[in-house]
Formats: sequence, structure tokens, C-alpha cells
Amino acid sequence: MSDIQLQIDNLSKSFHTDKGSVQALHDVDLQVERGEFITIIGASGCGKSTLLKLVAGLDTDYEGSIELNGKPIPGPGINVGFVFQEPRLFPWLNVENNIAADLSVSKGDVRGRVNELLEIVRLTPFAKSYPKELSGGMSQRVAIARALLREPEILLLDEPFGALDAFTRAHLQEALLEIWHRKQRTMILVTHDLDEAVFLANKVVVMNSRPGTIRRIIPIDLPFPRKKNSESFQAYRRKVLGEFEQADEL
Amino acid sequence: MKEVTVKPSRNNRFRTIARPFAGFWLPALIVIVWQWLSYAGVLNRTLAPSPYRVAIEFWDLLISGTLLHHLRISTIRAMAGFGLGAAVGLVLGVAVGFLRPVEKSIDPSFQMLRTIPHLAITPLFVLWFGIGETSKVLLIALGAFFPLYINTFLGIRSADKKLFEVTRVLNFSIWKQITRLIIPSALPNILLGVRLSMGVSWLGLVVAEMMGSSAGIGFMINDARQYSQTTVVYVGILIFAVVGKLSDSLVRLLERHWLKWRDNFQG
Ligand SMILES: Nc1ncnc2c1ncn2[C@@H]1O[C@H](COP(=O)(O)OP(=O)(O)OP(=O)(O)O)[C@@H](O)[C@H]1O
Ligand SMILES: [Mg+2]
Repeated sequence: MSDIQLQIDNLSKSFHTDKGSVQALHDVDLQVERGEFITIIGASGCGKSTLLKLVAGLDTDYEGSIELNGKPIPGPGINVGFVFQEPRLFPWLNVENNIAADLSVSKGDVRGRVNELLEIVRLTPFAKSYPKELSGGMSQRVAIARALLREPEILLLDEPFGALDAFTRAHLQEALLEIWHRKQRTMILVTHDLDEAVFLANKVVVMNSRPGTIRRIIPIDLPFPRKKNSESFQAYRRKVLGEFEQADEL
Repeated sequence: MKEVTVKPSRNNRFRTIARPFAGFWLPALIVIVWQWLSYAGVLNRTLAPSPYRVAIEFWDLLISGTLLHHLRISTIRAMAGFGLGAAVGLVLGVAVGFLRPVEKSIDPSFQMLRTIPHLAITPLFVLWFGIGETSKVLLIALGAFFPLYINTFLGIRSADKKLFEVTRVLNFSIWKQITRLIIPSALPNILLGVRLSMGVSWLGLVVAEMMGSSAGIGFMINDARQYSQTTVVYVGILIFAVVGKLSDSLVRLLERHWLKWRDNFQG
């Protein structure tokens, strides 16, 4: 029995500017089951960020329907978490206060959860540091911890590792998978990176551009932990790449 | 994580000792040269009395209590005017920063008022409020108002839209949006506004006290000028300089404490 958590039907979105209107998304249908890990891959400008923002409720001007647990999304809420492409930390708060954000770390239960998350993202020694003292990868880990603190039902990640080097990226991918296994949250992650898309996902969503539509959804039936250089992994990678290249030619 | 302690090198240690005095060597040099020129008889004794004689005068005024009396009155005036102007500037700056309709309706008028020089309105204030304390405090307040108003407005508008989006996905209440996002991001500008307002308050004080008063440092200077007591004039000027610098340093201290998170070029 499948447990549909997020249901997107006939979703279309246009931006209207002085220079005319741009259709960013056209007739997007997507079903996400509870606890799935979805990765979305597509060319730059195909509407991936737009899709995530609509699901997060940051933009409520669209056609079609988006339902979370059978109900439309009225606006941004604590049950949907969002990690932006950049860390977007508050420069005047130290790491632990950034993770707590609007909550107070001096409260016992918040304290406990912040400590646990610091442990998971391996930043315990930097709890009192300010963002200006962190590297890009460390800042991004703080941003992920901040999103996880509220234990959202769904975590949306918009190219969260885009600006990182291969080594940090690999470490954070592992960390994210570990969190996913531990907490059993639903994850939707946008990426440009084929390996990343196949490594993390139950399902890879390949998008077409102009207007943004879903080209194909490819289930990845590989057990975790996955080996990036294994033959089966490479087979899936080729499959996704094939779709991706055809999408580009359109 | 291991703590690594680095011993300060000799050069470094010299710098930490020398730093608080770094701003003093220039005035000190001027005083020395000045004293030397007076001693050599190059300077006119009435127009430019020697630093030594100014110091003696300072001591006399201090002992007799005259100086403290005037200083107290001036400080109260400046603080009342600054307090009033700054408070109104802060509140209106916040209102205009937050609410676009308020900005549209009142900001253009304030921008117009801002360009009128102090001295031009002084006669009007005297006509309206007499030459009592009211017109003095209001004149100072008027000057103190603008820097804080403009900088608060600017600071609130400089809040990062991307961070604002973060507060929305994290479901911040309006109150938390104000205290955790808007105020901290406006704080550098607000503190700058406070510094500028304080400076303008001292300037306004001089104008106010010279337009007619019976006490205050401005009065003391004006009064001494009439009797050609140049040393008293110098003491008055010196007091303005020192008090102005002290109040500025106080705000900078707050800046250093509250804005330590900033990641700017430090020179
Ligand atoms: N605020 C906006 N106003 C007008 N057009 C917009 C706006 N935001 C996005 N668009 C348009 O919508 C389309 C999709 O943008 P989106 O940011 O979703 O792309 P993306 O897939 O996330 O790209 P990238 O991988 O480069 O981040 C683009 O053609 C863009 O020009
Ligand atoms: Mg994007």
C-alpha cells in the first residue's frame, strides 16, 4: 500500500514581467510517497527552483493543485523544510543560535536537539562561532541542521551542495543519507550532478526545459549504501544521462 | 579542537600598548609646538594664549565651580534635545522603513525640511517659543532628528530579502522577524545615526546657547569673548571637543560590542 504524502497535479506557473510572460512550469504531475528520497535533475532555468518554492508555499500564485496530506498548502509552514542554494545564515547569530533560529537555545528541549544536530553535521566544536568564521561547506551544514531542527515532514533542498568541492560534497551526501535513514523524512533534492542524483534517490525526476515539464521518472532500485563505481550504479547513471541528453536536445 | 596559543611577538605587544594612544600624538604635537611658539613670543598673547595659560584658566574655572555649572546645564540641554530628536527619529524611521504608505506620505516633506540650515530657522523658533529652554531643546532636537531618521530608514530597508525568505520558511512570528532579522540588520546604520545625531546635537547646542542664554558652555564662550577673555574661550572650545569625542567613543564602544559579527574590511 502506498502512502501518498505530496500530490502535484497539472501544475503550471508563469512569470509575468514587463517584457512579457515566461512559462516556467507546464502541466507538472508528481506523486511523492512518505519517506521517499526524490532527486530532480534538469538544465539550468528549467524551473526546478520554481517547483520547490511552490511546494514550500513561498509562492502561492499558480495553476493546478499541490496537496500535502490531501490538503492544499496555504503558505510556508513548519511541516515543509527548505535548504536554499546558498547557506543564508544570520550573520549576527552564532552557529547554535542560527540552528535554533527563532527558538531559544537556553530552553532544555531545544538545547538537546541543537546538540544532537551539531553532532550529526559534525560542528560541535563550532557551536559558538559566527558565520564569518565558517567555510562555505560548514555554513551549508549549519543551514541543513537548521532546516532539520523543526523535524519537517518534507525537506526540500535546492542544489544544497552546488558550490562545494567534491570531497565536502561526498561527505555531506553521506551525512544527508544518514539523517534520512535515521529520521525517515521525505527528501526532495534538486541537483545538476548526475552522480549525486543517482547516489541519493529512490526516484530521479528528469525535467525538460522551456517550458519546464517532467520528462521521465526513473526509479533507482539499488540498496544502500551505494558504490559509485559499481557496475549497477553506472548502468543507472547511463540511463539517467541518456534521458538528460535527449531532454537537452529538445 | 585544540587551542593553540601564540605568544605575542615584541612588535605585537608594542602595538597593543600603543594603540589607545595612537590618536593622541597629533594633538599632543600641536600643543607642544604651540607652547614653544608662545614661549618664543611669536604668537599674540591675547589672540592665541599659550597652552599653559589655558590650562591655568581651566583649573581656575574648575575650582570655582563655574565650569561644572555651565557644563551641567549644557549637557542637560544637549541630552534633552538629543533624546527627543533621536527618539522621534527612531520611531518615524522605523515606521517609514516598515510601511510603504507612511514612507510615501511623510518622507518627501522631511527630505525638504532637512535641507533648511539651522541658523535660518533659529529666528522662527525664537518667535514661536521665546528664548527660553523650549526653543533651545527643540532646536537641538530638530538637528538630532534627521541623521537618526534617515539612517534607521536606510537600515531597515537594507535587510536582506533572502534572509526574509528564510524567516518565512521557518515560520517566524512578526515579533521574531523584527527582533532577529530587521533590528540586527538595521543596527549598524542605527548606531551610525546615533553618532551623527550626537555630533549635530553639540553643534545645535552652540547655536542655541549663543542666540541668548544665561548659562551653558556656549554662553560662557560668548560672554568671555565680550570681555576679551580669550583663555576662557579656548577652555570652552576644548570642552566641546573633549565631550564630543567622549560621547562618540562611547557609541563606538557599543558598536564594537554589538557588531562583532560583522565581516567587513577593518582597514
Ligand atoms: N521571479 C521571477 N521573475 C521572472 N521570471 C522568473 C522568476 N523566477 C524564475 N523565472 C524564470 O523561470 C524559469 C525557471 O527558473 P528557475 O529558477 O526555476 O530555474 P532552475 O531550474 O532552478 O535553474 P537553475 O538550475 O539555474 O537554478 C527561468 O526561465 C526564469 O527566467
Ligand atoms: Mg535554481
